[in-house]
Amino acid sequence: MKFEGTKSYIATEDLKVAVNAAITLERPIIVKGEPGTGKTMLAHEVASSLGSKIITWHIKSTTKAQQGLYEYDAVSRLRDSQLGDKKVNDISNYISKGKLWEAFESEGRPILLIDEIDKADIEFPNDLLLELDKMEFFVYETGETIKAKERPIVIITSNNEKELPDAFLRRCFFHYIKFPDVDTMKQIVDVHFPDIKSELIREAFKIFYDIRDVPGIKKKPSTSELIDWLKLLMTDDVDAKTLKEKDPNKLIPPLHGALLKNEQDVHLFERLAFISRRENDASE
Amino acid sequence: MFLNFFFDLKNANLPVSLKEYLILMEAMNKRVIDSFKINDFYYLSRSALVKDERYLDKFDKVFGHSFKGLENTSEVEEKEIPEEWLKLMGEKHLTDEEKKLIESLGGWEKLMETLKQRLEEQEKRHQGGSKWIGTGGTSPFGAYGYNPEGVRIGQSESRHKKAVKVWDKREFKNLDDDVELGTRNIKIALRRLRKFAREGADTELDLDDTIKSTAHKGYIDVKMIPERRNKIKVLIFFDVGGSMDAHIKICEELFSAARTEFKHMEYFYFHNCLYDYVWKDNNRRYNEHQSTWDVLHKYPSDYKVIFVGDAEMSPYEITYPGGSVEYWNEESGQTWLTRTLNTYENAIWLNPVPEKYWGRIASTTVIRQLFSDRMYPLTIEGIDHAMRELNK
Repeated sequence: MKFEGTKSYIATEDLKVAVNAAITLERPIIVKGEPGTGKTMLAHEVASSLGSKIITWHIKSTTKAQQGLYEYDAVSRLRDSQLGDKKVNDISNYISKGKLWEAFESEGRPILLIDEIDKADIEFPNDLLLELDKMEFFVYETGETIKAKERPIVIITSNNEKELPDAFLRRCFFHYIKFPDVDTMKQIVDVHFPDIKSELIREAFKIFYDIRDVPGIKKKPSTSELIDWLKLLMTDDVDAKTLKEKDPNKLIPPLHGALLKNEQDVHLFERLAFISRRENDASE
Repeated sequence: MFLNFFFDLKNANLPVSLKEYLILMEAMNKRVIDSFKINDFYYLSRSALVKDERYLDKFDKVFGHSFKGLENTSEVEEKEIPEEWLKLMGEKHLTDEEKKLIESLGGWEKLMETLKQRLEEQEKRHQGGSKWIGTGGTSPFGAYGYNPEGVRIGQSESRHKKAVKVWDKREFKNLDDDVELGTRNIKIALRRLRKFAREGADTELDLDDTIKSTAHKGYIDVKMIPERRNKIKVLIFFDVGGSMDAHIKICEELFSAARTEFKHMEYFYFHNCLYDYVWKDNNRRYNEHQSTWDVLHKYPSDYKVIFVGDAEMSPYEITYPGGSVEYWNEESGQTWLTRTLNTYENAIWLNPVPEKYWGRIASTTVIRQLFSDRMYPLTIEGIDHAMRELNK
């Protein structure tokens, strides 16, 4: 089993090494990086490249580790007991399986994506230490041990909102997806829009990286935003000439809403555009 | 195998453990990377040993150091810049006198060697220590007008090579620990200061209590409890104007991060030192100010107090009545600071000036003493420590 990237996903050399190490050693891999660099996508792509089933567990601030294993619905059992329901005698009727259980039971080697683990409580990763290490857990209510048929490939993403505990990190591989350089970005765009005009791309890239380099910008546009923007440019049939245009009234790039996501950034950009216009005027 | 490398990492204060080293060995054993290319080994060891992007830069440096010389076995394309070229270039632009000087220093080779050494030394000292080469004309290197960039000794060892090694690119440099990085990182650091408590209206079902009560009474008796909320309340005093102008950007970032992080946050401005009034709007600071007494009375003592300022002023501005540079203050700044510290148990001072200069500024020392050493630099690491202190 080896991950080589897919037609729709450009994986850099270092990412491939990290993912393959995690697959071979059957250890979880933690993926971090700027928003929009394709952390969640990675799991889906690994799944499609290896042809395995993917099980996604989205983490929220209220998610508990136990929910990934199983949940015992005491309240409905209590209610059923008052109504005299037959179901009540078998406790397993009230146990609902969590994502981890699902992954452990699944045929073949599934991929378990634990998405945005940092959203949860600080204790969350620690509570899953043993389960992810041994790939088994114990159900107290029924007294059975659930053991993984085949150790799933665990991919964990984090947005760095919280630090993860050391004990947890020690057991995982780690990869930080850095923001793609121009060449990688070209490959990524090629994958998404095979028939885009190269001139348009060149101008769009220039604008995109210029925006990212504007000092003091609050939210830098990311890969996914560039893709969205290009999509818009193509549907609106904007050509490279419009992007190149230095008309003083059109200094803000067309359809900038896809790139600049808050009004302070738009203002900042307008201000800079104004200054550069004045400089141009002065030099003429 | 690679034990030296492992200990090099340890010595560079990277948090690596035996477990991670064993995982790396296991991965090598299982042939995760099929050939023994140094690049692949670099990727693998990075993924196995580094668990936080803050340490990536340090890792790159140690890796470069430990595997110095090995790079020749890799397939990295290497193109040497013939040393002859540099020599010729140099000779073209040097006067005879200077040439003699080169000879006296042991010739060209020696000079380049020393230059390299000095560059390395310089790197070890501090990034900012760029004054070593090129200024004042006391160093032989500035004199000939050799821009170190021009000789391409920017990175250690890669002097003669066009292709820079991956780890030498140091792409993760600005993810390092003590570099300020914008609001997001500040937010995360501020987030240490969280204390959840159940407060307010009963909105959540308390399952345990419901079951207990139901079992007790014999019918379903629903019990509710309030939701968990972050109950930290923060009061921030910002020093504005004068010497603080240089730190506006970082203060803005801190401010906007704090605004989103804390539900209960109040802020006030002061100039240089805290006296008998503060204000909330810098444009109307002369007509819309508030008495500091009012502030101390209005916000209860469970507020956490953060002062942000460079603490750079004449010591008299702190210790004497009438010391303020703006008006006649009846009571000294020291009195007001002590008063605040007595009201609020948890108070700290964040200082945008780098820590190494604190000792040289008298007023900083005075304030530091007043705060019984609870002064922290305005870096991510500093905020982190400060929040831990506030949480005590």
